[in-house]
Amino acid sequence: MKKENNKIVFSDEMTPVVGMPRRDFFKVLGAGIIIFFRPWGAMDVLSMPAEQRHSLPTDYNAFLQIGETGTVKCFTGKIEMGQGVITSLAMEMADALNVPFEKVEMIMGDTDLCPWDAGTWGSLTTRVFGPHMLAAAAEARGVLVDLASEKLGVPASQLEVKDGVVTDINDSKKSVSYAELTKGQKIKKFLDVKPLPEDYTKFTIVGKPRNHVDGVVKATGQAKYTGDLKLPGMLFARLLRPPSHGAKMTSVDYSEAEKVPGTKVIHDGDMVAVLNENHDLAENALSKIKARYSFDEMPVSNKNLAEWLVTEDKVVDVLSSDGDLAQGEKESDKVFESEFHDQYLAHAPIETHTALAQMEGEKLTVWASTQSPFGLKDTLVRELSMTPDNVRVITPFVGGGFGGKSPAQQGVEAGKLAKMTGKPVMVVWSRDEEFFFDTFHPAGVIKVKSGIDKDGLIKLWDYTIYASGSRGSETTYDVPNAKRTHYTTGRGNPSVHPFATGAWRAPNNNSNTFAREVQIDIMASAAGIDPLEFRLKNLKDVHIIDCLKAVADKFGYKPGKSPSGRGIGIACGADAGAWVAHIAEVEVDKNTGNVKVKRISCAQDMGMCVNPEGAIIQMEGCLTMGLGYTLTEEIFFKGGNISDRNFDTYDIPKFSELPEIQTVILDRMNQPPQGGGEPAIIAVGAVVANAIYDATGARLFTMPFTPERVLEALKKV
Amino acid sequence: MKNTGTKSIISDKMEKTISFELNGKKTEAVIDPAQTLLWVLRNHFGLTGTKFGCGMGFCGACTVLLDNEPVRSCQLSVGEVEGKKLTTIEGLSTGGQLHPVQKAFVEHDALQCGYCTPGMIMNATGLLLKNPSPTEQEIRDGMEDNYCRCGAHKRIIEAVKTASADMKGGK
Repeated sequence: MKKENNKIVFSDEMTPVVGMPRRDFFKVLGAGIIIFFRPWGAMDVLSMPAEQRHSLPTDYNAFLQIGETGTVKCFTGKIEMGQGVITSLAMEMADALNVPFEKVEMIMGDTDLCPWDAGTWGSLTTRVFGPHMLAAAAEARGVLVDLASEKLGVPASQLEVKDGVVTDINDSKKSVSYAELTKGQKIKKFLDVKPLPEDYTKFTIVGKPRNHVDGVVKATGQAKYTGDLKLPGMLFARLLRPPSHGAKMTSVDYSEAEKVPGTKVIHDGDMVAVLNENHDLAENALSKIKARYSFDEMPVSNKNLAEWLVTEDKVVDVLSSDGDLAQGEKESDKVFESEFHDQYLAHAPIETHTALAQMEGEKLTVWASTQSPFGLKDTLVRELSMTPDNVRVITPFVGGGFGGKSPAQQGVEAGKLAKMTGKPVMVVWSRDEEFFFDTFHPAGVIKVKSGIDKDGLIKLWDYTIYASGSRGSETTYDVPNAKRTHYTTGRGNPSVHPFATGAWRAPNNNSNTFAREVQIDIMASAAGIDPLEFRLKNLKDVHIIDCLKAVADKFGYKPGKSPSGRGIGIACGADAGAWVAHIAEVEVDKNTGNVKVKRISCAQDMGMCVNPEGAIIQMEGCLTMGLGYTLTEEIFFKGGNISDRNFDTYDIPKFSELPEIQTVILDRMNQPPQGGGEPAIIAVGAVVANAIYDATGARLFTMPFTPERVLEALKKV
Repeated sequence: MKNTGTKSIISDKMEKTISFELNGKKTEAVIDPAQTLLWVLRNHFGLTGTKFGCGMGFCGACTVLLDNEPVRSCQLSVGEVEGKKLTTIEGLSTGGQLHPVQKAFVEHDALQCGYCTPGMIMNATGLLLKNPSPTEQEIRDGMEDNYCRCGAHKRIIEAVKTASADMKGGK
């Protein structure tokens, strides 16, 4: 075994220094130009929860350092969980500074090294963090050119930068590198103004496809995830879990667990944990604990879910209101009422929630698979009664998140146990725990009443959401009389859901796009108009219109009234500042109810695309993952008891389900960048539902479209 | 590097000397043979490329090759590798060169978060050892029980095709 002292050996791209107090930061980084920048506007601050808001005025989101050797360290509180920003942010940095891509090193998700960041979610890295990072890089470049001007005695206007070397355009012998310029100097600048718009078209690295920089370490097993770290004397902890949400422990007997060799039991309030150097023995000890529980659970299960959600959600929030619904109904020749249902979904990343914690004197360090290292730090400070200076969170590579690793309960569990035992503690959630404690995509009910006139123009749109969220619920189409209403249990009241729910890749947009786009399809069919033509006729948003035209072209779409028997569906929508349109082709087995998606095409307008390779990978990922919520994924539960606890019953997309995938990214290099990790997932449910209708005439109103639901819908044709 | 003639003790009862070939090197471990192979690889031998995913053999993140056959290390005890040849992701590349399957995964960007990747690569390698020229359908069937949540399936199929061509070309 490799000799290990009391420090963990990290791979180069993660965390070079252990246990460094913030005040020593500049000493350690030494020479170089340091640019601070403040990437959050006032509106962003107000939208933050209070506990996160506090650190904004005095903290900085990220900074970069040009070192003596010409390397560029880019510090960001963002984390890498497969979305590829470890590559795309470095590309932007390299372009803005005019340095070779290989010179940029990303330092990510370390609360001691990286300035504050709320978390990696909402497709905010490229569209919000990116432009500010570019502005900082542009200023750094400006400072360096000024320094070169002084050193070479040449006006700045006469200098150009290439590969980190500043050169006189009239005399190539007069040149100086960034490395030479930064040696021994440290210049601080503070950017307090909004970044200037960048001329992205001048970039030479951005916009060209580039393979992910972490490919080799991940393909060789060298990439370190949290669970791959090891400290001397490290104990594995397994925690006793209740059988259901709503269960309360009334008694516990762990005397047998204590007899397992090398086992330590910690019982503190509701927490019972067994710790052992050996993972198998910790597991074994856990199985020997006997506990009793009392139960207080909501009377809801999959059977009465929709009724429960609609009756429990009572507080009205009008999201938008245009025109007059009564007038809209009067102008309508045909009126349609539908009710759409969506289920609880698990995030199910292949890496379960994992954390390693170590106390060194007063200082607690927690390595955790989390989308929010600073959020976890805040929680640790609060729950362990520690000072912020004494808590550090480090995020190695994360094995998938999709919104599910925004909460990091496992980090608190490891932190508490490390503090109580004085030993390094590793918590690796079992798959059972991963399902049980998941913050599920919320189930929801959406009711839509809409109407069209004799020409097929939409005149009425009355849209109501129960229990799920409103992201992506915009009317999208040009409707004079439209209202959107959102029912909730009300702020401060208990949730209608019997367990935790949270953000799941493009949160709630999947549900809303499903409801809207199926309703549109119903109207197109009733109007006897081709569904693409119907959409174009009722849309004003040029972005979506362009996406629809692009995807029709890619797919080779031929117009036809639905149901045509061809099994071709269309859907479109917007998310994270980007626009998408999908066309899919399905085959439906009318005897079994089985749906096979044969082909799916997607066009996306995401503004400037930093790394087309990475963006296409994200689109493919969205389209593939989207097949899960569309066809197979649904959490079964009764009260607070989750029935699905592993992959044997919770069915995520597999190789056999993979359709032919075609992607188009619209050329928008002169536009600001938008989100790319989520948009393409939003319309998968809708496009498949519409394709099933086109194939069979059967309408599906409840996701996922299991064989039972398809057979049920076929009976109504 | 870590497994030449290693003799270590994990627990103080039921120990046996287990001899096997680990990544091309003769290896001995004094160990309770009932210990789970996955955790022995990770904690005892420091071979953390083999991942824990579901603990029940469903997801394939812990796939290793046992006598060239892909197996789920979370479902095997270390005693079951006695006298056999075990290969993990760390033992796949030779002489600093990526194995053709690894190379194809990198070239095709056939991964995102990368957590399922070692298991995918080991399973694909086992598949190609048995069937050097699989059809696309045979690749899909052979990879079916390795799960990827990020949705890299399309590129994984392409990577296995490329590796298949590459490996035949090298012979």
